[in-house]
Amino acid sequence: MSRELLKGNVAIAEAALRAGCQAFFGYPITPQTELLEHMARRMVELDRVFLQAESEVAAINMVYGAACAGVRTMTSSSSPGYSLMQEGLSYIAASDVPCVVVDVMRGGPGLGNILPSQGDYFQITRSAGHGDYRPIVLAPATVQEAIDFTELAFDLAEQYRHLVVLAADGQLGQMMEPAELPSMRSLPRTRPAWAITGAAGRAPNRISSLYMNAEEEEAFNLRIQARLAQICAAEQRSTEVQATHAELLVIGFGTAGRIAASAVEQARAEGLRVGLFRPQTLYPFPAERLSALLACCAVQNILVIEMNAGQMVEDVRLVVAGRVPVHHYGRLGGVVPYPEELYTVIQQHYPSLAASAE
Amino acid sequence: MANLMMEPVYERPAALEDRATHYCPGCTHGVAHRLLAEALDELGLREQTILVAPVGCAVFAYEYFRIDGCEAAHGRAPAMATGIKRVLPDRTVVTYQGDGDLAAIGTAEILHAAARGENITTLFVNNAIYGMTGGQMAPTTLPGQKTTSSPFGRNTAQAGFPLKMSEILAQTPGAAYIVRRSLHDARHINQAKKAILTALRVQQAGLGFSMVELLSSCPTNWGMTPLEALRWLESEMLPAYPLGDYQVSEAVRALGG
Amino acid sequence: MQTAYLLAGFGGQGVMFAGQLMAYAGMEHGYEVTWIPSYGPEMRGGTAHCTVILSDCPIGSPLVRHPQVVIAFNKPSAQKYAGQEDPAGLFVVNRSLVDEVPLAVQGQLVEVRATDIADQLGNTRLTNMVLLGAALAARPVLPLAVLEAALVAHIPAHRRGLLPLNQQALAAGAALVSAAQPG
Repeated sequence: MSRELLKGNVAIAEAALRAGCQAFFGYPITPQTELLEHMARRMVELDRVFLQAESEVAAINMVYGAACAGVRTMTSSSSPGYSLMQEGLSYIAASDVPCVVVDVMRGGPGLGNILPSQGDYFQITRSAGHGDYRPIVLAPATVQEAIDFTELAFDLAEQYRHLVVLAADGQLGQMMEPAELPSMRSLPRTRPAWAITGAAGRAPNRISSLYMNAEEEEAFNLRIQARLAQICAAEQRSTEVQATHAELLVIGFGTAGRIAASAVEQARAEGLRVGLFRPQTLYPFPAERLSALLACCAVQNILVIEMNAGQMVEDVRLVVAGRVPVHHYGRLGGVVPYPEELYTVIQQHYPSLAASAE
Repeated sequence: MANLMMEPVYERPAALEDRATHYCPGCTHGVAHRLLAEALDELGLREQTILVAPVGCAVFAYEYFRIDGCEAAHGRAPAMATGIKRVLPDRTVVTYQGDGDLAAIGTAEILHAAARGENITTLFVNNAIYGMTGGQMAPTTLPGQKTTSSPFGRNTAQAGFPLKMSEILAQTPGAAYIVRRSLHDARHINQAKKAILTALRVQQAGLGFSMVELLSSCPTNWGMTPLEALRWLESEMLPAYPLGDYQVSEAVRALGG
Repeated sequence: MQTAYLLAGFGGQGVMFAGQLMAYAGMEHGYEVTWIPSYGPEMRGGTAHCTVILSDCPIGSPLVRHPQVVIAFNKPSAQKYAGQEDPAGLFVVNRSLVDEVPLAVQGQLVEVRATDIADQLGNTRLTNMVLLGAALAARPVLPLAVLEAALVAHIPAHRRGLLPLNQQALAAGAALVSAAQPG
């Protein structure tokens, strides 16, 4: 396999079908539409299912149906459309069926705009719909990661029979980068034993999210929580640059994380001991690694950079638990920060420079 | 010696579970369930059918049929059924929906399923009221009809008019078979059964979207005895929702029966 | 070392394709590359732009405040981006459609009557290749042959008939700058 110049949205779509996605349902919304368009062409070529739904509400419920029937399935949208999917996501989570949902985030709230944002962090990581659960959330920062995490998303969804959300943003969706696609996986010949496929020669399978009895509902919830504990123990992912030698640790995910990497590099070139920690799973948040960095390293100050008003910073503070100061710098509404701007912010929060300024 | 073995003339369909339902006494959901189960048995479809249950009184329907089933979000059964059917095109997929589910919160989903000619079958139970939540106004509640949320009678100036879903859905080119039947007496129940059989055969033949609307009673929330409710259905609902075949495509006609 | 290009013009002038071609050439020459378009309302009738970065190390931000090379295909773009180029960079301007060079330009000015040259070659749509050839000649981050090879590999199938003309346009743009440069 060789590297190709691929647009993020297209790369995710192609990676999904190569990972065995058998059914895609979606609704056009900028800045993710190329993903749907790629599926419209490729899924038909492969004799798989592509359907443009009448709304995101319908799309996620079609995904729910296909997931219940035991195939790898997915949908993609952008923030306002992701909001519309909340109902379906909650039902999916409450039915123990696997599926993958992509949110190519854009500026909000409301209709907002179509520019890159990370404003859906809370919405994606906290529950994705009503009720008491969390999806697995993967946050790619490069087109290559978008490909790798799409594949991973299907595998994790299937392994845990759990909802997986790929949290991208308009920049990653729209940009092109060289990346390598995985080879095409062959489709399974059978469906999982739990799938609803017609009760031929067996007792009926039934998939529902309804537990009228409180104790039964509690028991179901405890099963979700047990699974989440397992996921938290096994699936935390992050990457870092010079984090073990940093006095100032910069933390950012996705697009903000990669832009911060440029600023961190500049700061290191200027002799500042700055490192980068970039969560790749937003749920489970990579608490173990961050905690380890705090315990053993020189970190005196943390600067969280996001394209929102301060959402992931709450997860960071939960881990840091007051051990060092945690600062936040956010750009809102679709504004993407430039590296030079972040470099200035890094200078402001660098321990010795910050002290001398006081 | 005379054969003392008796021929069974009436028994539980194989497609129905042997368990009590939660439906109120006199409710016609039980009749509708039985008709669907009989039709599945007669067509030999029990082992290859998937039922998508609604939110509403029939929310537990998937527990009552001895077939694979699932429970959709309110109004989304046609979308969920679409997802299932598209990845299991050789199976029979049936949605069972009430009037609030199909004609209010799920109007977009049913309309587009019909427009796509989605090869699924919908049983639409229209009893002109929200049963499960305790008798509120439905999109199909008749003008002047009293419910807990139209306590002075449905005032069309304020609450608008009932939706005639069979007539509406019949307009979509993807609809192959759209009929309205009633469950208020034995003759009409037999006609309803025939329609359900036809609808399932339409799906088996891959002819497009099929729906049987079943006018039904809700004695509890209408505040009537079961018998009064059936009479009210006949006298009040039938004029408002005329029985008949609203769409029978050429291909369905050719199917015969 | 990283070189960022900002290409801007009207929709339909081939701005996006020219940028992608530069990205393909960069990738094939061994650079890390990114390409990111303007998208959304700007696509509908206004100016369209894209940013391309060629770098010898991994690229953090695909957007930069002060690109090393700005290529302005039309007057609104010239006015909008003049002065945004790195002061040590290039400002390549299509003088066929820009009657006055904006005073704000700080970098090295490369003036090309690109649309006139394209018209002489027989097709206005070759404007993008003339400008790209000129930009590359003025800042040779990779050999022209690599760009030509990228063109051969990535010209859309329905434009393949125009390949020779596109190659001529690239060469014409490059020759223009080479000729103007001392030594």
